[in-house]
Amino acid sequence: MKKYVCKVCGYIYDPEVGDPEHGLPPQTPWEAVPADWVCPICGVSKEDFEPVE
Amino acid sequence: MKEPLKAVRITDKVYWVGAVDWDIRDFHGYSTNRGTSYNAYLILAEKPTLIDTVKAPFLPEMMARISSVIDPKAIRLVVSNHSEMDHSGALPELLKLIEPEKVVASPAGVKALRAHFHDLAPVQAVKEGESLDLGGDRLSFRMTPMLHWPDSMFSYLESDGVLFSNDAFGMHLASLSRFDDEVPDWRYEAAKYYANILLPFSDIVLALLDKFDKTGFSPKMIAPDHGPIWRKDVKMIMSLWGAWARQKGTDKAVIVFDTMWGSTEKLALAAAEGLAAGGTKTVVMPMRLSHRSDVATELLDAGALLVGSPTINRQMFPTMADVLSYLKGLKPRSKIGAAFGSYGWAGESIQQVQDALVAMGVSTCEPVKCQYVPDAAALASAYDLGQKISAKLKEPR
Repeated sequence: MKKYVCKVCGYIYDPEVGDPEHGLPPQTPWEAVPADWVCPICGVSKEDFEPVE
Repeated sequence: MKEPLKAVRITDKVYWVGAVDWDIRDFHGYSTNRGTSYNAYLILAEKPTLIDTVKAPFLPEMMARISSVIDPKAIRLVVSNHSEMDHSGALPELLKLIEPEKVVASPAGVKALRAHFHDLAPVQAVKEGESLDLGGDRLSFRMTPMLHWPDSMFSYLESDGVLFSNDAFGMHLASLSRFDDEVPDWRYEAAKYYANILLPFSDIVLALLDKFDKTGFSPKMIAPDHGPIWRKDVKMIMSLWGAWARQKGTDKAVIVFDTMWGSTEKLALAAAEGLAAGGTKTVVMPMRLSHRSDVATELLDAGALLVGSPTINRQMFPTMADVLSYLKGLKPRSKIGAAFGSYGWAGESIQQVQDALVAMGVSTCEPVKCQYVPDAAALASAYDLGQKISAKLKEPR
């Protein structure tokens, strides 16, 4: 599963890990991350992420 | 005599109780040639409230200023708008001294304060739009993540129309005057602060200004954590921030370079002549004599960046690596530019600089390079590069 990086602060969303603190269990792919989820570090939206090449 | 340090009244209920740092010249790698101030604010509401503190060594100065209007132990609420140590450094000691009822920060601020001061007294989180009753006066909170840290938030005192904006709309400028209209020569320092601290977050700045605009939010006064308080030019500083965030490069070029035997300097000066001949405002910055934070400032409204480096042991000159790494982090936009340099053997630095410019998103022209001392043809190439860039700066972008 593809990882995504926050263009603002550099946080990497890793689907293997998810974001359990904000309701996303491990193995949550990027596509299943809700549109209102925000970067847990800096608070920007999904649109400010890009795939990790 | 009695204690000379006093609080400065800024509205009916609000006092400035910060500290002035006349000595600081290096603020985490940003040159503060005119010092700075750490602004803390005291609201003399029914529940006296302190907004932010100062850098740790300045705690006695803040305490003296608070004591000039109130017994510090009477403070019941402390707000931390930003966890960076120039505003939170005095917090742990202050809390021990005054034992307030409540300390609040943004949710990210609670975490950041804990990660800074491991045995800090409990801090409660406030959320977007939440407000606290200071006993008749309301203090509301607006989350402003990445302006300029994840924990950053604004506090707004509705009764007096004062926006406590933490580092936003601030600048490093030591002064005994507290208001914008009393420090008329603030423009360079305000631009420097934006260029060095906020530039990477320009989209977030624009979104904030847009939200202010759409909701008709118009504070009477903006009280930042550094530099003068805005009471006259509230609208002007917001509109300057908008212009800086939009980064429409003007017909201005910044040439940064270093040199070993004067050859790269000759190319730099020839390129500068070419730019100037085309009518472009041109700033030449030799990097062993210029500070990276001043380069960022000059680049803020420039449309072009030209970077010259000699090659030393197959690398670009270290000062150039410094400034390029620094500028890359600031994510400047819509610039055009070029690399140039003199070399002795293989000249690797010119390509390295060019690659760094491309990685920074600069739209580059063909580099100019020459072996050893530039001859008339090499100087003409550098001059032509200047002219070419000057012409490009006049094209609509």
